[in-house]
Amino acid sequence: MSATIVSLPDQSTARIPKVNYLTKENGILSWLLTGDHKRIAILYLISLSFFFFIGGALAGLIRLELLTPQTDLMATDTYNKVFTMHGVIMIFFFLVPSVPATLGNFLIPLMIGAKDLALPKINLLSWYLYIAGGILAIYTMAAGGVDTGWTFTTPLSTHYVNTNVLTTGLAVFIAGFSSIFTGLNFIVTIHKMRCPGMTWFRLPLFVWAHYAASILMVLATPVVAIAIVLVALERTIGIGVFDPAKGGDPILFQHLFWFYSHPAVYIMILPGMGVISETISTFSRKRVFGYTAVAFSSVAIAVFGFFVWAHHMFIMGISNYAVLVFSLLTMLVAVPSAIKIFNWTFTLYKGSITFETPMLYTFGFMGLFTIGGLTGVFLGTSGTDIHLTETYFIVAHFHFVMVGGMLMAFLAGIHFWWPKMTGRMYPEKISQLAAVVTFIGFNFTFFPQFILGTLGMPRRYASYPPEFQVLNVFSTAGATILGVGYLLPVLYLTWSLKYGAIAGNNPWQATGLEWQVQSPPLTENFTRTPIMDHEAYDYEWLERQKEKEVTTSAG
Amino acid sequence: MPDSTAIAHGAHETGSNTHDEHPPYLRHHFESTEQQADAAGFAMWLFLLTEVMFFGGLFTAYLIYRNWYYPAFVSGSHQLNVVWGTLNTLVLIISSFTMAMGVWCAETGRRRGLVLSLSLTLILGLGFLGIKSIEYAEKIEKHHVPGFHYSLQSFLDPQSDRAVFSEYHDKPLMLDMARHTEVYFSLYFLMTGMHALHMIIGIGILGFMIFRARAGAYTSGHVTFVENFGLYWHFVDIIWIYLFALLYLISRH
Amino acid sequence: MSEQIELGEHQHHDEQDEDAHHIVGPGVYVIILIALLVGTALTVWASFIDLGPWNPVIALAIATTKATLVVLFFMHVKYSTKLTKLTVGAGIFTFLTLVSLTLADYISRAWGSW
Repeated sequence: MSATIVSLPDQSTARIPKVNYLTKENGILSWLLTGDHKRIAILYLISLSFFFFIGGALAGLIRLELLTPQTDLMATDTYNKVFTMHGVIMIFFFLVPSVPATLGNFLIPLMIGAKDLALPKINLLSWYLYIAGGILAIYTMAAGGVDTGWTFTTPLSTHYVNTNVLTTGLAVFIAGFSSIFTGLNFIVTIHKMRCPGMTWFRLPLFVWAHYAASILMVLATPVVAIAIVLVALERTIGIGVFDPAKGGDPILFQHLFWFYSHPAVYIMILPGMGVISETISTFSRKRVFGYTAVAFSSVAIAVFGFFVWAHHMFIMGISNYAVLVFSLLTMLVAVPSAIKIFNWTFTLYKGSITFETPMLYTFGFMGLFTIGGLTGVFLGTSGTDIHLTETYFIVAHFHFVMVGGMLMAFLAGIHFWWPKMTGRMYPEKISQLAAVVTFIGFNFTFFPQFILGTLGMPRRYASYPPEFQVLNVFSTAGATILGVGYLLPVLYLTWSLKYGAIAGNNPWQATGLEWQVQSPPLTENFTRTPIMDHEAYDYEWLERQKEKEVTTSAG
Repeated sequence: MPDSTAIAHGAHETGSNTHDEHPPYLRHHFESTEQQADAAGFAMWLFLLTEVMFFGGLFTAYLIYRNWYYPAFVSGSHQLNVVWGTLNTLVLIISSFTMAMGVWCAETGRRRGLVLSLSLTLILGLGFLGIKSIEYAEKIEKHHVPGFHYSLQSFLDPQSDRAVFSEYHDKPLMLDMARHTEVYFSLYFLMTGMHALHMIIGIGILGFMIFRARAGAYTSGHVTFVENFGLYWHFVDIIWIYLFALLYLISRH
Repeated sequence: MSEQIELGEHQHHDEQDEDAHHIVGPGVYVIILIALLVGTALTVWASFIDLGPWNPVIALAIATTKATLVVLFFMHVKYSTKLTKLTVGAGIFTFLTLVSLTLADYISRAWGSW
């Protein structure tokens, strides 16, 4: 018998509120032309899941090919295309927009007491840009794919491959602007739309994390946009900026690309950290330990994120002195990340912890992200990096951070706010099973890759020496389990849309403003502008509210 | 830039008596017009930040290659006409001034002044592009467009390029260095081209604004769009101020 | 003369009126226009004199001065909220990070190995 905090209304009398954002208007056009941040979030959720499963299917193909040392499932150039498209789709069409565009879109206005994001039309535009980019990416796959790797490395991408670099580049360019507009919208909203009494240090940490990620989206994304424009012009009309034959420097592309793509990993992970701050507080019934430190560590990660990009380039021919400086600067980022992990752990200390599904995913996040983060220190240290880079060690490292970290956080958040988004609970037992299966499958898939990497198995090859086969079989078997773990939520979450228990306003007894309104919320979120009169995560305030309700209903 | 709904109706209001509390352009999710204007202005500034970083990549490339291929960049720069460049700088600065005046006219409700200022800005913008195209034509004629039959003659044999030679007396470059002038011209066309693209977009929006301003759209209190466009136009001006210095001026000796 | 008095007043009210919408008048714009035109003349004139390594320095210094004038007055940053000033600062800071850290690599490549 495990303790639980779930408090659902009496199911025999409970009803989903008749008027809510889902029922306000009907018809496909009312969705496609909506300015409502909650509907746009749902649009994103559906399209993101679609791209996630395409990317996942490609990952499945990669693992199948790597089951045996020979290249038997597909030709080597097909393999190149498969892992390239896996990377492009997962990074630009799933991870970067994942939490911000779905949960962030849905929750930021609710959390700060606003009726909508500041720029609803821009918000809708960014969804359309995302879809346009996505369609181009799908078209690229249908037209024969691209095999540069998701990094578009020059001069390979400008001179040597005859695949669809242009359409992929354009797809990423468009998706980049989608991301810029989302970030811009969040920053403006968080600055200008907070309700009375909602000071900066009363904001939920979810909002702080999104604020930090948005800064990166706005300032870093344009640099990759110009880098892609340069690659496209180099391919089409032969300008000489990256072309060594004309005096250009291919490493300049790497600088511009990683100036974005390193901060991009913080764009991906920061919103996930925001989710974790919310779940860990709710399921420990405690204020997040060191609120201010966690809030500022988000901003610190964003700022330091701009100083470390060249650690992706240690073996590419940058100067030894730059390697030294960037290696040292990289260590800086470990500090705010560690602050977060320590503070979350202290939040657990003496909390009354319960183990609902979001909390299970949260524990998964903390463990896997810590491993991913610490192996990042190996890679940030130039000495070990030279041995480990371009091996499966690096593959395992960023999958621990991105899949073990970000995807766990995404699933934690989806489960946590599912009752708010749909008004219905997901089924608890099977979802706990899914969380455990995901965790086991993940470790089976990616832990062997750390060992493979240290043994020297290079990434991006379809074949490998036979002595690596045992670990690769482990990895492929784990991927199968992982696939089941990801398929389960789709099934039971869809099921719960119709058959889930009615959630009521606040099933978790959480403190955020979003939990004080009906589920699903009204289109205008609040019937009158709320006034924030307490700190974030104030469970005593929540108790007093409940007492008040009881006395008023009794009297 | 947020679109403003129902601005045109504002034109017919003679006073601000009835609409004092809820002007027609106030979107439902804002508490007040100040909040709406604040949010839009801040969003525009953030958009300009992305523009800064977008051009930032090009400026970085320019600085690196100028450092590497200094002689090539000097010779390449000598192919630019300082007179045209100066003229264009003046045109653009004056257009920035007329734009600023337009913002002031909108803020103080001067409809005819606004239309006049915007029209002058548009004409000056077109003038800038006209001068730029004269310069581009000259480069095309001399085969200085990278990628398309790029010609090294002006750099291997400067005396053949009499007009430029009489002014600068450049020494011939070695073949290897001469070939790097193509990098200079790549960056020249990228930076000025990207800048011109921003001008063209700006001129398109200007035309739209003049059309709306004639109906009085921006002179009845809702000036956010004009103000935000002003920010964009001044930003484009600032980019040119730097391009002029970097491309035309700093390599004259 | 009257413009200068106006300018002084703006500065005076800057602290209290940060949030109030400020209208900058034509007087300020004319002064800035003249300053920008003078700056352009100055930088072109300076480029005709051989100052060795100082030519780029002077050209970029004048360009920065001109850009600052445009940002402060044409774009009203001088009269704007701290938030706008911070936004401009963030843009300049990130831009300089990109340029300086990238250039740091290129410049130190010439120093060779350890």
